[in-house]
Amino acid sequence: MADKEAKSSEKPTLLFLNKESEPLFSKKNRALLTDPLDDNNPITVQVLGVCSALAITVQLKPALVMTLSVVAVMGASNVIISLLRNLIPNRIRIIVQLVVVASMVILVDQILRAYAYDVSKQLSIFIGLIITNCIVMGRLEAFALGNGVWKSFLDGIGNAAGYGFILIVVAFFRELLGSGKLFGFQVIPDALYEMGYENNGLMLLSPMALITVGVFIWIQRARNRKLIEKN
Amino acid sequence: MEGFLNLFVKSIFIENMIFAYFLGMCSYLAVSKTVKTAVGLGFAVIFVLAITVPINFLLDTYLLRPGALQWLDPSYAEIDLSFLSFIMFIAVIASMVQLVEMIVEKFAPALYGALGIFLPLIAVNCAILGGSLFMQQKDFSGVAESAVYGWGSGVGWLLAMLAIAAIREKIIYSNVPAPLRGLGITFIITGLMALGFMSFMGIKL
Repeated sequence: MADKEAKSSEKPTLLFLNKESEPLFSKKNRALLTDPLDDNNPITVQVLGVCSALAITVQLKPALVMTLSVVAVMGASNVIISLLRNLIPNRIRIIVQLVVVASMVILVDQILRAYAYDVSKQLSIFIGLIITNCIVMGRLEAFALGNGVWKSFLDGIGNAAGYGFILIVVAFFRELLGSGKLFGFQVIPDALYEMGYENNGLMLLSPMALITVGVFIWIQRARNRKLIEKN
Repeated sequence: MEGFLNLFVKSIFIENMIFAYFLGMCSYLAVSKTVKTAVGLGFAVIFVLAITVPINFLLDTYLLRPGALQWLDPSYAEIDLSFLSFIMFIAVIASMVQLVEMIVEKFAPALYGALGIFLPLIAVNCAILGGSLFMQQKDFSGVAESAVYGWGSGVGWLLAMLAIAAIREKIIYSNVPAPLRGLGITFIITGLMALGFMSFMGIKL
């Protein structure tokens, strides 16, 4: 919804030369950052990027690393595509987008392998799958191709943050209830285990990721009634 | 022969793309409203997976793996191009999808009309790239094995798609709590189905 307004109000201008100079964090620009966190969340409302969100939320640490990787990839590729948007022929735009995103993902993958090898092993193929993560392509198509550089950058960061927000919430509950830990440190006191508390092993299994997201959507829509679907 | 059959069954049920790895969830959620479109997309995915996985296997074995270039010249044994695999795989997939689209348009216009927009969308379906990346990790011994794996994963994807579409067609008649309607209930149903599919994990093949 927000990007439609932005699209119609802004005519394509040359790169940074915005005629009607706006402050960097004007109200509209701030909305680009904050909207994806709730009203226009990429996962629960736009249904983009669901695949990876479910598979890597067993623990908080990989979820956090994934969030940072997606923020980096989306910020960078949105900027690049937005810079190139007047040069890309319409017919081959998908391949151009894929190549830009794939190069960004290779960079992130190599950096992770160099500095955080164990996490990159844990994430295994899911870093590579950022390329086909619909959230990246979706925002490139819907926003970066028609908007200026700074706006596209904010939109990329905002959507990646909205995606990461869900990842971290889901991972928080799954790690807390499933293994009694947060970031690998035990948070549920031993005394509780002695009283007979058990970790819920089911939370560690993949189906519970789906159900957790389902319940999250339920709570969000119960609070925010305008998101409810008809059907 | 038995090995192929085992691999086929394993890739359909035990390592089901949707219920075990959640790959291809985006189109799974978006296109599963009616059985008809779901089946069309499912067959297109089977087709593309069965073609791209073996091609990427050949690329991986003869081009990308550490030491894969040895067949050109023994002095190339040190070269490791595996960091290029993402870009190679996605290029193969994107061009394959384009090719499939052109072939279908030329020789089966009826099918082309039925699939419509879903055909180009396959290029960004994570199940396709996921199939190639899993293939890279699995160390298959030959092209035939990788082809069976690609084919089986596609069939598993179609199966999951068919099941959820059939359920969603029926759930319209139920009284689901308003905030849960649509996306929310689909997530929860998929979770329950994935729980069911976990029973296959005990099978040793």
